[in-house]
Amino acid sequence: MRMTYLKNGETLSLNSALCTGCRECIEVCPHAVFDMQGGKAMIADRLSCMECGACMKNCAAGAIKVKAGVGCAAAVIQGMLRGTEPACSCGKADTRGVTTEAKGAAVGSKAGCC
Amino acid sequence: MEKTPASRYPADSASRYPADSAAWYPADSAACGCGKTPVISLQAVPRQRREYVTGFVTTGERKVPVVSTRLSWRDVRGGWKVRWDIGRSHYAVLPGLYAVGAPGSDSPVLVTANYKLTFDKLRKELGGVDAWILVLDTKGVNVWCAAGKGTFGTRELEQRIMAVKLQDVVSHRTLVLPQLGATGVSAHEVKRDSGWQVKYGPVRARDIRAFLAGGLKKNNEMRRILFPLTERMAIAPTELVQSWPLLLGIAAASALLGLPFDAGYAGRLLSVCLPLLGAVGVGTLLFPALLPYVPFRAFSLKGALLGALWGIAVSFVVRASLPGAAALILMAMPIAAFLSMNFTGSSTFTSQPGAALEVKRGLIPMISSLAIGLGLTVVTRILPL
Repeated sequence: MRMTYLKNGETLSLNSALCTGCRECIEVCPHAVFDMQGGKAMIADRLSCMECGACMKNCAAGAIKVKAGVGCAAAVIQGMLRGTEPACSCGKADTRGVTTEAKGAAVGSKAGCC
Repeated sequence: MEKTPASRYPADSASRYPADSAAWYPADSAACGCGKTPVISLQAVPRQRREYVTGFVTTGERKVPVVSTRLSWRDVRGGWKVRWDIGRSHYAVLPGLYAVGAPGSDSPVLVTANYKLTFDKLRKELGGVDAWILVLDTKGVNVWCAAGKGTFGTRELEQRIMAVKLQDVVSHRTLVLPQLGATGVSAHEVKRDSGWQVKYGPVRARDIRAFLAGGLKKNNEMRRILFPLTERMAIAPTELVQSWPLLLGIAAASALLGLPFDAGYAGRLLSVCLPLLGAVGVGTLLFPALLPYVPFRAFSLKGALLGALWGIAVSFVVRASLPGAAALILMAMPIAAFLSMNFTGSSTFTSQPGAALEVKRGLIPMISSLAIGLGLTVVTRILPL
């Protein structure tokens, strides 16, 4: 059963001019958001997009942009309490040992608080 | 920080890991996300007895531990415990290279996280397969979470390849990663930096054998993440255990609302306590069970609806007066709604803007409803209605 949520996929964008048709976005998307049309990727099911950022991370052509984040209410509340971006309960210590490239990106989890 | 994580690993780790210190390559930093305790320590691993290691395979000068593809009762019990949130942040295997079957230089390399539940789920699917398993240091966190945090990431992968000298073990240059690791790993950067080709395998470990047999090809089903009942219920116990502050609050509030301490105390206590504990059950167990079938898209609204239905039902059971029933419903709704909203963190399809919207719109109504319900309960206790 296809389950949809609020505001899904709003920050996802695909620049067809840059797309090389490598299909990597289709390979990594867990929600079948993309499809191929005329040798290029297209957004076929935006409402299923949970904005995890896997497509952007693996788009060698840089054609995909999405504001990747964790769809976790607890993380949002933590962020509100700390006055930071949504983050899992471990807070700023979370980024310790994490590569710098990832620090700017999503810091969070998909399970309780991991 | 009281102690540097590195110091937890003695310099002569080879003496504790007689097989091969490189194969048992210890994590360079063992601090867990919370910065309190290290996820892995050398003390912790021997206690698990590493009974999943059945022998060693020699490659060049090195011995790589071969792991069993069958789970022991201890593995099963361990998996059950972490689902109940017992020792969940200390359930890890040492990062490094492992083997299943009798792999050679042309065998596939499967990359995974060092959460033991993840490691177990992978190896149990590999009966009859000859493969290498490269375990990244994800601080004991599963693949998808760790990818979101960046610990299952490009840098860690590249460093781990070098640390285990993977180029000396296999003759090819292909790595199979779980698809959900793609949130943290950039395949083209790995290729550019190290020359290794990342192939994203299936989402679920149970498809790995078909994926390997089919020449590293995926079908749509292997790519899709679904969230069936069994998976929703597998995480439900964790949600229930993590709601302990709420359970404690309900117990305390019920104890107070039952006062004065006379013959009717137990009855009054239970008439509040049981409906509200039930509401916790609704939010943590019934909600995930019914998730796809309850109307509304916001988890909190779904939860509020279930909470209201529960409140109505339980009011009949405890034969509450009309104001008493209203109070129960007003308290059950936000409890179920809040816990349901929290389930967004365990779900597989919720986006951050959606979760933010729910929190923004939902918190104040929830708090108000709870406060009014509590107030009404107090009033019905004082005034004989």
